[in-house]
Amino acid sequence: MIDYFAVFAPLIGFLLAGLLGKKLGDTFSQIVTVAGVLLAAMISVKLFFSVVMGMSPQVLPVMTWISSGDFEVAWTLRMDQLAVIMMCVVNIVSACVHVYSLGYMHHDEAKSRFMAYLSLFTFAMLMLVTSDNLLQLFFGWEGVGLASYLLIGFWYHKPSANAASMKAFIVNRVGDLGLTLGVMAAFVIFGSVQFDAIFDAAAGKSTEMFTFFGYEFHALTCLCLLLFVGAVGKSAQLGLHTWLPDAMEGPTPVSALIHAATMVTAGVFLVARFSPVFEYAPDALMVVCLFGAVTAFVAATIGMTQFDIKRVIAYSTMSQLGYMFFALGVSAYSAAMFHLVTHAFFKALLFLGAGSVIHAMSDEQDMRKMGGIWKMIPFTYVVMFIGSLALAGIPFFAGYYSKDLILEAAWASNSWYGHFAYWMGIAAAIMTAFYSWRLIVMTFHGKPRADHHVMDHIHESPPVMTVPLAVLAVGALFSGAILYGGFSGVPHELGKPHQSVSVESEVTEEVEVATEDQIEHQVREEVMSSVEGLPLLDKAAFFGKSIFVKHENDTVAGAHHVEEWVKILPTIMGVVGIFLGYLAYMFVPSIPAFFVRVFKPIHVLFYRKWFFDEIYDALFVKTTLALGKGLWVGGDKALIDGLGPDGISALSRKVGQIFSKFQSGFVYHYAFVMMIGLLALVTWIAYATGMLNFS
Amino acid sequence: MSAFPILSLMTFLPLIGAALMLLMKGQGESVLFRAKMVALLVSGLTFILSLVMLLNFDPASADYQFEEKRIWFESIGISYHMGVDGISLFFIVLSAFLTPICVLASWNSVSVRVKEYLAAFLLLETFMIGTFCALDAILFYLFFEGVLIPMFIIIGVWGGPRRVYSAFKFFLYTLLGSVLMLVALLTMIVQAGTADIPTLMGTEFSPELQTWLWLAFFASFAVKMPMWPVHTWLPDAHVEAPTAGSVILAGVLLKMGGYGFLRFSLPMFPDATEMFAPMVFGLSVIAIIYTSLIALAQTDMKKMIAYSSVAHMGFVTLGIFTLNMQGIQGAVFQMISHGVVSAALFLAIGVVYDRLHTRDIGRYGNLSKNMPIYATVFVILMLGAVGLPGTSGFVGEFLALLGVFKVDTTVATLAATGVVLGATYMLHLTRKLVFGPKVNDDAAAMSDLTTVEKAYFLPLVILVLWLGVAPGYVLERTVPAIDSILSRYEVQVEDTSSAAAPQVPAAVEEPAAQSHDSEGEE
Repeated sequence: MIDYFAVFAPLIGFLLAGLLGKKLGDTFSQIVTVAGVLLAAMISVKLFFSVVMGMSPQVLPVMTWISSGDFEVAWTLRMDQLAVIMMCVVNIVSACVHVYSLGYMHHDEAKSRFMAYLSLFTFAMLMLVTSDNLLQLFFGWEGVGLASYLLIGFWYHKPSANAASMKAFIVNRVGDLGLTLGVMAAFVIFGSVQFDAIFDAAAGKSTEMFTFFGYEFHALTCLCLLLFVGAVGKSAQLGLHTWLPDAMEGPTPVSALIHAATMVTAGVFLVARFSPVFEYAPDALMVVCLFGAVTAFVAATIGMTQFDIKRVIAYSTMSQLGYMFFALGVSAYSAAMFHLVTHAFFKALLFLGAGSVIHAMSDEQDMRKMGGIWKMIPFTYVVMFIGSLALAGIPFFAGYYSKDLILEAAWASNSWYGHFAYWMGIAAAIMTAFYSWRLIVMTFHGKPRADHHVMDHIHESPPVMTVPLAVLAVGALFSGAILYGGFSGVPHELGKPHQSVSVESEVTEEVEVATEDQIEHQVREEVMSSVEGLPLLDKAAFFGKSIFVKHENDTVAGAHHVEEWVKILPTIMGVVGIFLGYLAYMFVPSIPAFFVRVFKPIHVLFYRKWFFDEIYDALFVKTTLALGKGLWVGGDKALIDGLGPDGISALSRKVGQIFSKFQSGFVYHYAFVMMIGLLALVTWIAYATGMLNFS
Repeated sequence: MSAFPILSLMTFLPLIGAALMLLMKGQGESVLFRAKMVALLVSGLTFILSLVMLLNFDPASADYQFEEKRIWFESIGISYHMGVDGISLFFIVLSAFLTPICVLASWNSVSVRVKEYLAAFLLLETFMIGTFCALDAILFYLFFEGVLIPMFIIIGVWGGPRRVYSAFKFFLYTLLGSVLMLVALLTMIVQAGTADIPTLMGTEFSPELQTWLWLAFFASFAVKMPMWPVHTWLPDAHVEAPTAGSVILAGVLLKMGGYGFLRFSLPMFPDATEMFAPMVFGLSVIAIIYTSLIALAQTDMKKMIAYSSVAHMGFVTLGIFTLNMQGIQGAVFQMISHGVVSAALFLAIGVVYDRLHTRDIGRYGNLSKNMPIYATVFVILMLGAVGLPGTSGFVGEFLALLGVFKVDTTVATLAATGVVLGATYMLHLTRKLVFGPKVNDDAAAMSDLTTVEKAYFLPLVILVLWLGVAPGYVLERTVPAIDSILSRYEVQVEDTSSAAAPQVPAAVEEPAAQSHDSEGEE
C-alpha cells in the first residue's frame, strides 16, 4: 500500500499546492511539495532494497483507463528492477531540486506555482517509468512534456521563454508522432499494448512483415524505429535536439531536474524497456547506435564554442545522451542505464552548481562576464569541480565507470557501427574534458570580468541550496564505484569471501589511495559483501527479467575482455582534454583566438550549432506559415467561397435585404412562419407519396 | 420508468419555456430578469431530467430505451417514435448540459431583445434533443432541419457586423444538403413503406440505390460536420455568432452530422458505406491538415477555434468510417469531448471578448498576471484541445486514430500530423493570450473570472479531466449500440454480396415518375 505513495505523493503535493497554494500561502505549498517528494524518495530507496536487491518485482493495479473492443489498458504501477532504478534516480534528484528551489526561487513571486509544477513533473515522470503498458508510458511521456513546457515558460512575461517553451513542446510533438504510431503499430502487431504481452511474443514475431505507409517492413524493426523517433525527440538526439538548448530559458533547477537528470533520459529508458523487442530488430539497433554516436560528437563540438554557462552544460547533456544511445545500440542496455544513473547525479550537480554561480553573479549567465570568483564561492567551486571530473571520466569518479563501460561495450560489439561509435565517443571524450575545463576556468579563474556591482554582491548560497549540492556531489563521487558491479556484471572468479562492512565509508577511503585496478576489485568486493551475499554481481540478477539481451549480443560481458588500450584510451583522452582546457584558457589565453581565426569556417559551423535552427526555420516554420496563409486566402476564400456561396452573391444580397426586414422586428413570427411552412411541406409530400402508395 | 415519457418531456419542456418567454410582456429590468430566471429554470430542469435518464439507462442493453411510439400518419408508416441508445444518450445530455450554461453566459452580454433571444435558445434545445431522440425518419428530419431556424436567427439578429452574410451562408449550405436528404428520405419511405428508423435499418436497399441514397445523406451530413470542402460556412458563422451561439454550434450542432452517419448511412447503406469509405478518408485527411494549416494563419481567436473544429471533426469522420469498434467509439468519444472542450473554449473567448470587445489575438497578452484563474482554465482547455493524455481529447483522438491505423497506416500517419499542427496553433493562441509580455493597459486591467463564470467553467474543466482519466463510463455505454451497428453491418454486407439480386425490386426512377404523375393529377 505504502508503495503507491512512491508515485502518488508528488501528485498529492501538486494538487494541494496548485489548488490551495493561493489561499494558504507559499510556505504551505513548499512544505507539501517537498514533503511529498521526500516521502516518495524514501519509499523508492526502500523499494530499491526490496525489488532490486531482493529481486522481487511487483505490479500494483490502480484502475481501468481505456477499454474499447479488444483494446484494453489500465492504470498500473509496474515496479520491476528497471522501473525502481529509474524511480530512485527521479525521486532523489527531484528531492534535491525541490529543496534547492526553496533557496533559488526565494525572490520569485510565484513560488507556489513553481513548486507545484516541479511536483507535477515528478509525478508524470514516475507514471512514465512505472508504466505497465505503452499508453500509460505515453501519458507520462506527454505529462513530463507538459511540465517541461510550463516550467521553461515559467517566466511567462519573457518572450524568449515563451518561444522556447513552445518550441520544446512542438519539437517533442514531432517525436511523439512517431511514438503514437509506434503504440498503434504495437497494437496491430501484437494485439496488445501491455509490455508483458509484447515482450513474450516478440521472439515469435521476428520474421513477420508489416505494411506501413504503403511499404513492407520487417515488423519489429518498424515498431522499434517508430518508438525510437519518440526517443529522439524526448532525449534531444540529433535532428530533434534543437529545443534542448533553448529550454535553458527556464529557471536553473528545472534545467537540472528535467533537462539533465530525468526527462531527457526517458528515451533511453524507453529503448532499455523495449530491449526484448529491440534485440530482435538488429537494424533498428544499428540506427540507434549511429544516432547516438553522431549526437555525442556533434553536441560536443557545439559545447566547446558556447558562452552561456547553461547552454554549455545543455550541449554536454545532449552529448552524454548520445553515449547512452550508442550503448543501447550495441545492446549494452545496462551500461546505458548505468550512465543514466551516474549522469543524473553529476549533471544535476553541474546544473545546480551553475545555478549557484548564476545566483551569486546576480543572474549573469555569460561566462565572458565571469571569472575570478572561486575564492568567493569555494563550496560551489568544489562541487562544480567534482561534477566536471565525473563528467570528464577521470578515474574513480562516477562518470569514469559508466562511460568506460559504454566505450568498451561499443568496441566489444565487433560491428562496424560499434567501432564507429567508439571512435566518435573517444573524440567526444576529449572535447567533453576540454569544454568542462573551459567552463571551470572561464567561470572561476582568471581576472574578474564582471563589473564591481556584481562582484560586490557575490556570496555563497545558503545551506538550503548547498545541502542538495552536497548530496549530489556524494552521488557524483561514489555512485559509479558502488553500482559498477550491479550494472556491469563481474566475472565470478573475482568474488571474494563475504565480509560485512558499510559500503560507502569503506569505498571512500579506498578511492583516495587505490590504483585503478585495485579499486575495481575493492568495489566489487564491497558491493558483493554489502548485500548479504546476494548474487548482485550478476547483472542478470540486478535487472532480473526487466532487461533482455540475446546471449550473442552481450557486449557488457564482452566489455571486460577488450584489449587493454581500448580501456585506457578514454581516460587518457579525458586527461588530455583537461590539460588542453587549462592550456588554452589559463596559461596561453591566445590559443582560442588563434583557433577561431585560423579555422574560421569550422568555428562558425560549431558556434552556430551546425545551422540546425536556421535550416529548420527556412524548411518547416516559414513554409508551414506560408502554406497556412496561402490555403486560407487561395483555397478557402478564393476557390471554395468564390465558386460556392459568394458566387451567388447577388442572390445573397437580395435575400439579405429581405432578411434585414425581419431583423427589424417580429423575429418569432418569422420563426413561426418558417416552421409552419416546413411542416406543411413535409406533411403534404408525405400525404402525396402516401396516397400514391395506396393507389 | 418506461411508461413515463421522459424523452418527450425533455424535448418539449424547453418549447413550453420558449412560449412562456414570448408571452411575457414589457421590457423592464424585472421582466427581463424574470425571463432569464425562467429560461435558466426550464433548461436546468431539462438537464436534471437528462441526468435522470442517464442514471436509468441500462448500459448493457442494445435496445432503444425509454421508447415512445404513437402512430402519426398510419398510411405511410410515419409515427411519433422516440427512443435512446448508447450513441444518442450522451448527445442528449450534452445538449441539455450546454443550454443552461448558454443562458448563464448570456446573462449580461445580451441586452437587445432578451426574451426573443432566450426563446430562440430554448427552441433550439427542443430541436436538438428531438433530433437525438427521434426514431422516425420524418420526425428526425423535422428536428434536424428545425435546428437551422433558431440558429439562423441567433446569428442573423444577435450576431456581429457581418451577421447577414454569415447567416445566409450558413443557411445556403445547410439547405442545399437538406433538400437532397429529404428526397432520399422520401424515396426510402416509399420503398420500405415505413419511416421507422429501426425498421429502415433492417431494410435492404439495392447497392445501386444505396449509392444514391448514401450520397444524398452525405450531402447533408458533410455540410453539418462540416467536412472539407463544404466547411467555409463554419468560420464565418462562428465569428459572427454571439458567444452562446458559438457554444451550441460547436458543442452540439457539429455533432449532428456524425450522429447522422451513425444513425443512417452506416446501418442502412452498408455497401455504399464500404464503397465510399476511401473517399471519406481522403476528405478527412485533407480537412485535418488543410484546416490546421489555415488555423495557424488566423489572428481572430474565434476563427482559429472554428478552423480547429473542422480538423477535430476530421478525426470523427475518419473514425466512423473505419467500421471497427475502436474507430467508432473514438469518433463518438471525440464528438462528446469536442462538445465539451470547444464549447468551453468559445466560452473562454467570450469571457475576454465581453471585457475588451475584440477577438484580435494581438490585443491580448499577459493575462496570467491579472487573470490567473482564467489562465489556468484556458491552459487546461488548451490541453484538452491538443489531445494531451489525461484529458478527454486524447481518448477520442487516439481511439479514432487507432481504428484508422488498423485499416490503413498511411491515412493514420497523415492524420496524426494534424496532432502536431494542432499543438502548434493552440500553443500559439495560448502564448499570445495568457502569456507573453504586457501588451496594453486595457488587457492588463481586465478582471478575473466572476462567480458565475467560475460556476460554469468548473463543471466543464472537471469533465475534460474526468473523461480523460476515466472514460469508461461513457465508453461502456456506447458498446452495445456500436456492436449492433457493426454486427448488422457485417450481416448485411454478407447478405447482399452473397445474394446478388436486390430484395427490393423497385428502381430509383419509379417513385420519382409516380410522384410526377400524382402531381399532374392534382
